[in-house]
Amino acid sequence: MTAVTHALRAGIGRGLIELRQAFTGTELVNQLLWPVATLVAVFFLRDMAIGTTGLTLGTIILPGTLGMFVALGLLLVVQQLAADREDGTLLRAKATPNGIRAYLVGKLVQISATILAYLAIILIPGVFLVDGLDVADPQSWITFAWVLVLGLVATQTIGAILGSLVATPRGAGYLSLPVLGLIAISGIFAPITGLPEWLQWIAQVFPIYWLGLGMRASFLPDDAVVVEIGESWRQLETAAVLGAWAIVGLVLAPVVLRRMARRESGSRVAERREKALQRVG
Amino acid sequence: MAMTDHLAIEVEGLRMRYGTTDVLHDVSFQVRQGEMLALLGPNGAGKTSTIEILEGFRMRSAGRVAVLGADPAHGTEEWRARIGIVLQSWRDHPKWRVRELLAFQGSLYEPYSTARIRRPWEVDDLLAAVGLTEQAGKPISTLSGGQRRRLDVAIGLVGRPELVFLDEPTTGLDPKARRDFHALVRRIRDDLESTVLITTHDLDEAEKLADRIVILTGGRIVADGTSEQLARKIVGHDEVRWVQGGEHLVRYVPDSTAFARELFAREGEDIRELELRRASLEETYLTLVRNAESDGTEAAEVEPEPNGASR
Repeated sequence: MTAVTHALRAGIGRGLIELRQAFTGTELVNQLLWPVATLVAVFFLRDMAIGTTGLTLGTIILPGTLGMFVALGLLLVVQQLAADREDGTLLRAKATPNGIRAYLVGKLVQISATILAYLAIILIPGVFLVDGLDVADPQSWITFAWVLVLGLVATQTIGAILGSLVATPRGAGYLSLPVLGLIAISGIFAPITGLPEWLQWIAQVFPIYWLGLGMRASFLPDDAVVVEIGESWRQLETAAVLGAWAIVGLVLAPVVLRRMARRESGSRVAERREKALQRVG
Repeated sequence: MAMTDHLAIEVEGLRMRYGTTDVLHDVSFQVRQGEMLALLGPNGAGKTSTIEILEGFRMRSAGRVAVLGADPAHGTEEWRARIGIVLQSWRDHPKWRVRELLAFQGSLYEPYSTARIRRPWEVDDLLAAVGLTEQAGKPISTLSGGQRRRLDVAIGLVGRPELVFLDEPTTGLDPKARRDFHALVRRIRDDLESTVLITTHDLDEAEKLADRIVILTGGRIVADGTSEQLARKIVGHDEVRWVQGGEHLVRYVPDSTAFARELFAREGEDIRELELRRASLEETYLTLVRNAESDGTEAAEVEPEPNGASR
């Protein structure tokens, strides 16, 4: 038991070191690019009115993008797992007592903190940029908190599963295409009720839609609900769908990760390096 | 698992098969505690498969394996903590600083500290031991090839392992970095009193570092002994060439001097252009590898075929 708590502590330390690396030097530019681009988009849409709600498109989009960035944690996990497998970071973890455990804790800490930073970059200036966000009500923050936690767990565990299944960083790159497609149909940048019904059904299977909905439920005034499916925030359904994904992730991720880690060895890492060199050369 | 206290590694009848190809056939050897053993062989001989099975990174097809008294296929974290691994070339954690990574790796060994072996190795002492004190604050990606390899050794040793695996550790190093690396391994081994298993395709490296050499080729062990034993056992056959009656003759004999004396006594004036060439350990090693590759079946044969006189 003491070794496990030890590994947890080491993993948190590891996550903080990686977090510092992710936000220093040229990395910082990459980190800021998308949240800032999102803010710019919100800025240009801040005056565009939506129907008779009295709200602007900017106001409606901003909370949805918070949900989107939580969901992007999935891609971060996939990309980092693939990269860490290719350069042997994961094998190093495997060669160390409780190393895989500490590695995963570190990864989750670092990516969750990265996402919190994204949300702060968007939300803090956003409150001054658009009108009508309900940030003074404590109820807003309670909803935000549970949607955030369920969302982080669901998307990162699913990300860990997908990351274990894709073989290379290139494969991880391909995976971002369907995710971007899902974002497009998830009602984040335009009300989902404007889409054909079959697309609405597809969107509602995945966590991204529900993360966006949950964030809108947190910060938008009640009048805004008229553009949602069934004119309801559907909090119960949000909790159920995000919770279901989180449970699937929590149950499957350790199994899939263990299987992937078991297959790692020096010759596998060398093999992948050969292949990577061939691609370059 | 029955094992005496004096054996760090015990391998018996180890077989490894990928699909329909056997890469290890009935490999057996032992490593005594505190011994440094070189597993020597050409590329593709099965060295990496063998060491990965011992490291617990690969499942074997058959045979009995005990590493520090346990089956590596079911090694616990505690078992893992007693083993250090240095691979051919690590490229991991490029953004980490040298000291940061050593401290993190070391911290995972703390719960496994015992009264006899204090774990982990103190980071500054370890940095000094591998000669990286000046690089302690640098990002790992900025290290030179030789420095990076020394860091890999440091990471492999930070848990004060009782058994260290060095898998082709000097591949790709320039001659100076290689010599420094050998000195480092010898020095550290004296400090730690660990058992060391090193794989290499370089006979010279094996001779310099190891107490004992096991030659593996074509998935079979073809020789096992100290370098002196191997030299005595397989370097017995010198090459003798001469011309007699217009014919060029070659013969491989254990004692070329005695053979020549006898030859002169018997044939006298008739012998011309006599050449004696003592086979080096290296040549014999190469012959051994060639033989095993060409027939592969009777690899237990240690001595090269003493060809008769031939044209």
